[in-house]
Amino acid sequence: MQSNSRPGLGLLKQVGLFLLLLSSSAVAVEDVVSFSDESLRPRYQQLLEELRCPKCQNQNLADSNSAISQDLRAEVQRLLEQDLSDAEIKEYLKNRYSEFILYRPEVNSATWFLWAAPVVLVVLGGLIVLRLSRRKKTDGTEETPIAVRSTDQQQRLDELLNRSKQGSE
Amino acid sequence: MNRLTLFIPFALCLALGAFLFFSLGKDPLDLPSALVGEPFPEFALEELHEPERQVSTDDFDGQVLLVNVWATWCFACRIEHPWLNSLAKDGVVIVGLNYKDHRKLAQDWLQERGDPYQFSIFDPRGVLGIDLGVYGAPETYLVDAQGIIRHRRVGVVDERVWNGEFRDLYQQLVDEANAE
Repeated sequence: MQSNSRPGLGLLKQVGLFLLLLSSSAVAVEDVVSFSDESLRPRYQQLLEELRCPKCQNQNLADSNSAISQDLRAEVQRLLEQDLSDAEIKEYLKNRYSEFILYRPEVNSATWFLWAAPVVLVVLGGLIVLRLSRRKKTDGTEETPIAVRSTDQQQRLDELLNRSKQGSE
Repeated sequence: MNRLTLFIPFALCLALGAFLFFSLGKDPLDLPSALVGEPFPEFALEELHEPERQVSTDDFDGQVLLVNVWATWCFACRIEHPWLNSLAKDGVVIVGLNYKDHRKLAQDWLQERGDPYQFSIFDPRGVLGIDLGVYGAPETYLVDAQGIIRHRRVGVVDERVWNGEFRDLYQQLVDEANAE
């Protein structure tokens, strides 16, 4: 509360300071990389996003600053400079670090279920919803069957129904 | 509707629960190795103690051996080192792969703690490391007489790990090599 009302620090300055804080964290893990051809840079960034750090799991090569990630970033850069295609670079690393290194797993006998599951679940869910809604519709037209209804209850129900009918007329 | 179909969601939950439960014990650091069953990657690097000597897979010489990836900066390597020394004393051939390290530090380290390695590959930039898919130290590879990697252990190899994962396979490979 106090800092908000402190005199002398205008809103513009406060916003400026805040922005400074943001910018310093954004560049924390970026190496300085130079390419012979600047057109390689977007491909480099893309690959680092899609390759996984084998040591610090759940981070990609772009996020991680572990020693092995630094090495693998340098390796990706070296391979890019050697004119390898993205697919070839992924293959190269996969042959060494296994499929684990690919954040986007390939479709094969072990992973097809992973890829098919969303489609299967959506179709399955759709079928269930369709079936439920259809049943509701047919149920609505029929009289709701109530299994246990004593004669007393039936009598009371008739009375109530008659009363409301009379009331509305 | 058949009453049994009402149990389908329950059965699915049970199956999911079982799957998750059995996944609990799995070590997420235990990655599948791309190189088991593949030949040990070719390399040409300096020997740790003799900088003028180049070593390669030819120096494996058709022996069944262990390749142990280690470094002086690796704390767990200190823990497994005594066991490697005792394996070497029992006649197991071990080749050292000094990974991303300084030559002098590594030499002193071996001087101090004993050198179980038949020879040591010096890989200061980790080039062989990348070809092997190394992502930390220590790692240990069991290589057969044909130069094929037969087993890989990420982490410490101590007596328990040796007896559990290596000993029988190692003995089998040695017997096969002797039979030929």
